[in-house]
Amino acid sequence: MEVGQMQRRLVEFTKSLFMEGFLDGQFLQLQQLQDESNPDFVVEVVSLFFQDSEKLLNDLTSALEQQNVDFKKVDAHVHQLKGSSSSIGAQRVKNACVVFRSFCEEQNLEGCMRCLQQVKQEFYLAKNKFETLFTLEQQILAAGGSIPATEITSF
Amino acid sequence: MGMAAAESRFHVLAVDDNIIDRKLIERLLKTSSYQVTTVDSGSKALEFLGLHEDDRSNSGSPSILTNNHHQELEVNLIITDYCMPGMTGYDLLKKIKESSSLRDIPVVIMSSENVPARISRCLEEGAEEFFLKPVRKSDLNRLRPHVMKAVSKDQKQEKHEEEEEEEKQEEKEIKSQKHQEQQQQQHQQQLSPRPSGNSKRKAMEENLSPDRTRPRYSDIAAVV
Repeated sequence: MEVGQMQRRLVEFTKSLFMEGFLDGQFLQLQQLQDESNPDFVVEVVSLFFQDSEKLLNDLTSALEQQNVDFKKVDAHVHQLKGSSSSIGAQRVKNACVVFRSFCEEQNLEGCMRCLQQVKQEFYLAKNKFETLFTLEQQILAAGGSIPATEITSF
Repeated sequence: MGMAAAESRFHVLAVDDNIIDRKLIERLLKTSSYQVTTVDSGSKALEFLGLHEDDRSNSGSPSILTNNHHQELEVNLIITDYCMPGMTGYDLLKKIKESSSLRDIPVVIMSSENVPARISRCLEEGAEEFFLKPVRKSDLNRLRPHVMKAVSKDQKQEKHEEEEEEEKQEEKEIKSQKHQEQQQQQHQQQLSPRPSGNSKRKAMEENLSPDRTRPRYSDIAAVV
């Protein structure tokens, strides 16, 4: 596949991520913070997010398995995850966290368990999408091409 | 912009318990040419600023701390998250405003939650701005006037002190000239010795001048 084709594929894929709500405008902000002096900024932050959040998800799982669930603690973890996902533009993960928090407030254990499943699903979906995105970028760079800037014209 | 070299001298202390947000705010600030130090809690922030949690006021020097291990950098602005375990951003803000050595450092609060009561409480306590997270590059433009105001206030004070000193020194020189003339005319007359307090103070001021390496802005109004 030649560079032009790869670039078009990347653009289409990125666009779809926005259309399907995986990403929001905050991701564009991240991309704008990347430059020649910090060429890996986006990959670094996103990787950090997945590393850090995996831990949070584990903590959440065990917190909900306790005899006496501490909903305040659960909420604190979800709040962290909501914040991080919001900061990288992972919109669907963030939205799942918002729902989760309302169940924490109600101290609804079943609701929380369902939400945890939902958040995990969105988390792994997002991880997958990002991995594809970064792979496409790498392929373009390896072929000597440049990454086209994301241009969002209408949403 | 011609002031790029001067801009890079502003130092921001960013406080956030979330690792992603710390990385983000650090990058944001660096791209706006600020020097950045990040810490993950209010207590670490106070430690960095040279203040201990139970200190109410420091009679020491203002934001320049030369007696602390690594803290020889002046902090020109503090930006802190609101929701943090232990000491919240609001608690940190209060401690800073209660400290005589730190209260002039502008403080900005960030929060992912848009709670009007929270916002007004922070502004009332002395926060300059309240940013909703995620913070964007455009938000950082709102920081500059606060940093400039604090820096110019410092420099105006210094300049004022310097001018006062120069005036006193001039006065003293004129007086001592007159004194000499009078002595020559009336060599028998006894005059009380001039107190040397002023010259001592000038000498002390001069010893402090290595700290005055900050650029002088003759026209603050030029900054937008």
